[in-house]
Amino acid sequence: MTTVTEPTMTELPRLLPPAQDGEQVQDLHTHVARHGRLPYRERQGTLIHDIEAAGLTGRGGAAFPVHHKLAAVYAAADRRRRPPVVIANGAESEPASDKDATLLWLAPHLVLDGLQLVAEAVGADTAILYTHADRSNDVGRRLRNAVAEREAATLDRVPVQLAEAPPRFLAGQETALINHLTGGPSVPTFIPPRVTERGYHGNPTLVQNVETLAHLALIARRGPRWFRAVGTRDEPGSMLATIRRADGKPRITEVPLGMPLKELTGEVRPDQGVLVGGYHGTWISGQQAAALTLDNASLEAAGARVGAGIVITLPADRCGLIETANAVRYLALESAGQCGPCLNGLPRIAAAFAELASGRARPQTRADLERWCGLVTGRGACHHPDGTARFVRSALVTFATEADRHAKGRCTATNAGTKTGANYKPFLPIPKATARMEDDWT
Amino acid sequence: MAEKLIVNPIDCEGHGACAELLPELIAMDEWGYPIVDPRPLPPGLERHARAAVSACPTLALRLLRAER
Repeated sequence: MTTVTEPTMTELPRLLPPAQDGEQVQDLHTHVARHGRLPYRERQGTLIHDIEAAGLTGRGGAAFPVHHKLAAVYAAADRRRRPPVVIANGAESEPASDKDATLLWLAPHLVLDGLQLVAEAVGADTAILYTHADRSNDVGRRLRNAVAEREAATLDRVPVQLAEAPPRFLAGQETALINHLTGGPSVPTFIPPRVTERGYHGNPTLVQNVETLAHLALIARRGPRWFRAVGTRDEPGSMLATIRRADGKPRITEVPLGMPLKELTGEVRPDQGVLVGGYHGTWISGQQAAALTLDNASLEAAGARVGAGIVITLPADRCGLIETANAVRYLALESAGQCGPCLNGLPRIAAAFAELASGRARPQTRADLERWCGLVTGRGACHHPDGTARFVRSALVTFATEADRHAKGRCTATNAGTKTGANYKPFLPIPKATARMEDDWT
Repeated sequence: MAEKLIVNPIDCEGHGACAELLPELIAMDEWGYPIVDPRPLPPGLERHARAAVSACPTLALRLLRAER
């Protein structure tokens, strides 16, 4: 009997190695011993119904229903008589997130299982795993080893190609990813066509976040009911979250959707800033965070979204305005520079926010910021301007009182004048960014 | 079938011909890029919309069948 007992149904972590294994990498042997063999269906399409019943949504940030994408690719391939392509997207570009890198490092076989299963479900003949060179571990070598282990065991039916993403914020954006993999620059393209219709070399293409594929590999084994045993009715299952508190170190934890946010933030003062969803996400106050749960239905009330599960508690001695200014400058530099509103708006937004942070704001600075945020929203080929505007607007609300103080030359967090910026130690992780030109890309 | 205007913001270089020909539906932002009314074309403006589409030097402005 393989009946799953109730305690197992709700046991976490599901994806990462169990706590007693610590940071131990799950090699193929450990992986199969824990999860069982890869359950091929031997028929195209059948997995799609299970995924729909499970209610799995994309864990890359957009929370799009996975079965819709699977069905779209399946239908497009059938209609156009083109073999589809499946791509596991591990190009986790939010600098504050570390969950995909952690998953790929500790449990690569779960992701590779998921990739094989979606390849079978849509009838794909090409499978690609797209990742960044990891910031701390040699994840590329780890993945090459994992693929070799599976080759030796003749596990994979569709050979997996490994590809490396450039270290840019937009590298994981779906159309930028396709563009890069087909020899172009890593910049977004205009939709339509959708990649599910015409993606990699014009073929119907499924792009799924690596964590999404890992969940899918477990749903294929244990069924939709098991998946729904945690999470909320409308947003079932668990997700990987990246938590940062006072020490600034990222902690990756697997949590059920609907978990109280205060369990992730720890103790926060009502006026402390909490960033939900990363640099395309939303600042909320500690007071708001205390009343919300980690699911979109709850976060919506504060204008926030779960995104890729980033929850950052800003320490009391750091300034939300300075932190936001640093992040917005990075976002402006990471614009692909292709669309007029983003190219013109983001640098102006970044400069104005820097004025706000450094106490040099002019009377109209905040009104300019509001107007420019409105002007860039919805007017790019991708959502980079929208996400940046959301982030900036949320900072203007959450740190409104602090902005008033900065206007008078005082900063609460540093308990000093705003001119002392040189001694300020930034909290949010900001990679080095440089303005991008298309011909920088090779 | 109703149609609507869309602009490909990557191709658009802000020449401004569209806003000149169809001010009813296209405004210019402060950087010289068009803000296009996303709603289906109102009756009577189809011909002007087509003229604006043809006038775009970068072919960034298009007419799409509106889904709703």
